Amino acid sequence: MRDTTAEGYVTADGRRIGGVLMEMRNITLRFGGVKAITDISFDIREGEIRAIIGPNGAGKSSMLNVISGFYVPQEGEVWFRGQRRPPMKPYQVARMGIARTFQNIALFEGMSVLDNVMTGRLTHVRSGILDQAIWWGRAEREEDEHRAKVERIIDFLEIQHIRKTPVARLPYGLKKRVELARALAAEPRLLLLDEPMAGMNVEEKEDMCRFILDVNDEFGTTICLIEHDMGVVMDLSDRVVVMDYGKKIGDGPPDEVRRSKAVIDAYLGVSHD
Amino acid sequence: MAVDTVPADLCSIPALMARNARRFPGRTAYREKEFGIWQSWTWAEALDEARAIGRGFLALGLNRGDHVAIIGRNRPALYWSMVAAQMCGAVPVPLYQDAVAEEMAYVLDHCGARFVVAGDQEQVDKVLEVQDRLPAIEQIVYADKRGMRKYDHSRMNWLADVAAEGRAAQARLDPELDRRIAELTFGHTCVMLYTSGTTGKPKGVVLSNRNIIETSRASCDFDRLTEREEILAYLPMAWVGDFIFSMGQAMWAGFCVNCPESAATMMTDLREIGPTYFFAPPRVFETALTSVMIRMEDAGRLKKWLFRTFMGVARRVGPAILDGKPVGLADRIAYGLGSVLVYGPLKNTMGFSRIRVGYTAGEAIGPEIFEFYRSLGINLKQLYGQTEASVFITQQPDGQVRSDTVGVPSPGVEVRIAETGEVFYRSPGTFVEYYKNPESTASTKDADGWVATGDAGYFEEGTGHLKIIDRAKDVGRMADGSLFAPKYVENKLKFFPSILEAVVFGNGRPWCVAFLNIDLTAVGNWAERNNIAYASYQELAGHPRVLDMMQGHVEEVNRSLAADPTLKGCQVRRFLVLHKELDADDGELTRTRKVRRRIIEEKYADLIAALYDGSTRVSTRTEVTYEDGRKGTIAATLEIRDVAGAGPDARRKAA
Repeated sequence: MRDTTAEGYVTADGRRIGGVLMEMRNITLRFGGVKAITDISFDIREGEIRAIIGPNGAGKSSMLNVISGFYVPQEGEVWFRGQRRPPMKPYQVARMGIARTFQNIALFEGMSVLDNVMTGRLTHVRSGILDQAIWWGRAEREEDEHRAKVERIIDFLEIQHIRKTPVARLPYGLKKRVELARALAAEPRLLLLDEPMAGMNVEEKEDMCRFILDVNDEFGTTICLIEHDMGVVMDLSDRVVVMDYGKKIGDGPPDEVRRSKAVIDAYLGVSHD
Repeated sequence: MAVDTVPADLCSIPALMARNARRFPGRTAYREKEFGIWQSWTWAEALDEARAIGRGFLALGLNRGDHVAIIGRNRPALYWSMVAAQMCGAVPVPLYQDAVAEEMAYVLDHCGARFVVAGDQEQVDKVLEVQDRLPAIEQIVYADKRGMRKYDHSRMNWLADVAAEGRAAQARLDPELDRRIAELTFGHTCVMLYTSGTTGKPKGVVLSNRNIIETSRASCDFDRLTEREEILAYLPMAWVGDFIFSMGQAMWAGFCVNCPESAATMMTDLREIGPTYFFAPPRVFETALTSVMIRMEDAGRLKKWLFRTFMGVARRVGPAILDGKPVGLADRIAYGLGSVLVYGPLKNTMGFSRIRVGYTAGEAIGPEIFEFYRSLGINLKQLYGQTEASVFITQQPDGQVRSDTVGVPSPGVEVRIAETGEVFYRSPGTFVEYYKNPESTASTKDADGWVATGDAGYFEEGTGHLKIIDRAKDVGRMADGSLFAPKYVENKLKFFPSILEAVVFGNGRPWCVAFLNIDLTAVGNWAERNNIAYASYQELAGHPRVLDMMQGHVEEVNRSLAADPTLKGCQVRRFLVLHKELDADDGELTRTRKVRRRIIEEKYADLIAALYDGSTRVSTRTEVTYEDGRKGTIAATLEIRDVAGAGPDARRKAA
């Protein structure tokens, strides 16, 4: 059995998972009378791939929006790196090192792939608007540095051939990859992926899986993802939170979750074994 | 016997590299586009890298005579690995990177490679997949680190780590490395290349230092190549052409080898580099022309008019101007204007602005395509060669370029035509042997060193130019005894931008039939402009209006064939459009994308039968292999079209 104490644990493939990076304590989120999330607690550890799964309308995306600071829960606390996080604007959350992708792609359609990914560097830009307008010295040097970082990501995600292509002209699978590139450009400590494989064909899914694993492996980025595709979740993640009707009904490593009666009944349907 | 004019101290690739580092230490030797910019290495830096890798290989225990398999896309690090292997007295064996694991296993097993240098994770995975059957493999070295962290590294190393270890051990290993380099002679094997093999298993062609360096010297002299050339290394490293251009000639002349960022960015990279010396199989020129034609069709009326008018001028006088023949003043002025308005910008978009010498080979190029480039002022020439000859058998000298010949024998090469019409040659570049295959060696190369090419051809009276008709075994007779040369007809069909591939059958038959492959780019664009909706390749290929268009093309080819007295019997009377693209993974094409006629004939026997029995539709199931090696099948019902023949005896058509 793996050790899930405060010091972290070692995964089956030998990766070292660290201490708690983010913790959700008794989160409840209401929209008027509708309870989207009811009293949910879980943690995300440094270096792990954490999945949130559940049937449609279970509250997964709401949960992700709470983590990213877009929604402020009525009850409960969000702790990040050992500190309680007060309600914040999304850009403040981004500065803390949290980046995300969206279920419905949210890129700048008219801009090139390169420019889109460059926008991911925004939180790291230090030169002021005046510097940038004059475009001399600091601003220029800084952009060169950002461009170099962005090019590493372009290389990493193998999108060199579409570097100068306007995003609107790209097929869906590539747009998803560009979105991942933009999120990575922010050099996040925690990367939130909202259904990264939705609407993809098998080949695109396999590619995306490899990229997610490689990102985690290469950059040591902690990843929290929402996904529908059970096969993908089971293969990718270290630990899984299962939600149903806004409640947490399971939490643990994939094989454990898969065996849990509550999860099978609520989400996977009747077992055929 | 050819006299060695290469100095004795330059008898190996490592020796040539060291000379270049002395002669042009600060000149750029290699460039690779990575992270969005062209990274470059001078000759001195490249030598330093290669030596570091060489010492690293020594530290890992590479022995003299070992085979080192190299698998990956064209990258400076892999070229240096080949030189490093040679420095250690080992033999590099570049493999086709798009080969599936099974194909790779055969070659790895046959050459008994102890070391494998793989480009990236994908290639490493393929080697690991078959490694349990290949006990000879001891070390896997990979160039690109991504995704490799979790692998068992007990017998695996990152190339940069190997080089770093080599650097650390400089004082200890330099004497050994220098000793091994000094041992190399003209007789040592330079490289072993596996022929893609249009028939049977691949054969390992052993090429000595003499073969490679003599050939490089002669061919550099022929085209006056200097250290100022720029080439783009984008063709498979396992192919002899890339080895001669990017290793042999680059080392001999000291010019710069540019490696593209990825296969998908090749056309952009080509434009950025603007090579002065360029080699491409006809397919690349066809693709470039197709994309130009597509864009012209979408262009405005003025641009269309300009293009049509000035291409007319170019076609009329361009080739003559390029060959330095007399041309009237009015035509010169018109051509000059065309250069500014059309040809210059066009060449620039295609990346051909600076080409001084361009070659095409591998397959016959359509005369119209060839003339198109020549008329733009691009010095595109043809050569004829094979792996066994270290490429060069014949080539066209400047000023004697024609689309229907492959030129005169290259310097130092003797060519003769046998009674049967088959072409034989003998040269300093003639291969040593097929590795571990004395029977094949004996049946290809006789005791006097004459090598059978397997191609049928003849020397043209008066000019001394060699003309190749077809593969000797493919040339046949129609039922009425007239000549059947399938490739000649296929090339005519393939000139149409909408036809990617054509296979013509008719040996021993009363008339010819053809399989066609649509070019998805061209036909897809055409469909878009004509409001034709389609959901898949198969659907587009079977669309009645696509078939109408194809029928028009076939009729046009028949008309041009009717004008040729010897080949008028080869007119295509019935054809169908295949439901899948012919693919090397399915064994239908070679890795260099040549049609494997026999295999296609067997695989699609039901379709050929239907073409001859007069039916108008045929249902078929075809097995396909996906890129990861899995297999599946696709089913389709294909429509067969009859085509009117042209010429006086067109009525002969049966059915």
